[in-house]
Amino acid sequence: MKITVLGFGIAKEFFGSSEIHLEVNDVLDVRGLRVLLEGKYPPLTKLKSYMLAINEEYAEDTQIINSGDEIALIPPVSGG
Amino acid sequence: MLEIKISAEALDIVHCLAISKDLESGGAASFIGSVRNKTKGKAVIRLEFECYEAMAIKEMRKIAEEAISIYAVRNVVIQHRVGILYPGDVAVIIVVNDGHRDSVFDACRFIIDTLKKTVPIWKKEIFENGEEWVSAHP
Repeated sequence: MKITVLGFGIAKEFFGSSEIHLEVNDVLDVRGLRVLLEGKYPPLTKLKSYMLAINEEYAEDTQIINSGDEIALIPPVSGG
Repeated sequence: MLEIKISAEALDIVHCLAISKDLESGGAASFIGSVRNKTKGKAVIRLEFECYEAMAIKEMRKIAEEAISIYAVRNVVIQHRVGILYPGDVAVIIVVNDGHRDSVFDACRFIIDTLKKTVPIWKKEIFENGEEWVSAHP
């Protein structure tokens, strides 16, 4: 399936764009997506941490990604 | 009542106090976060804030609802600025209203502490010779 991952903050700089499009296995969980993203964008592994959000909610590593989900890479937040 | 807002325009504390006030609330506590002119001794030229707006609004609403549920306060206003800010500019305003003082201080503290941990907003500090996304790296 095709997925889109939104990038914010420093992740947008790693992506070189505010979103990237990937062709991935039909069965993929958040942990699998992390591995894939870190392979493609090694600077992600240098971050303090990062989260993935699915449909505007923080996702657990075991959550399954469905076609059409809005996926976002959330680097360490720094609001306030 | 709760009001959540993300704005590219300057925030107004007087407005936030006014909309959160009601006749049953005898106490209001506020937190105002502003841009500092220095970080670790380095002069800050400006900050650039960006957010994942739809999710940030959701997370701010969750925090306000949680504060109302935990501390039983009446009214909560949370406003966050985005875009380019300069030293002295207000980045965040929190106002909590209730009948008494203990709950509003506690709720206000809870809200700013939680916002800093969970709301998808990011700031980049621009120095004279360099820039850095705050908190990104260990």
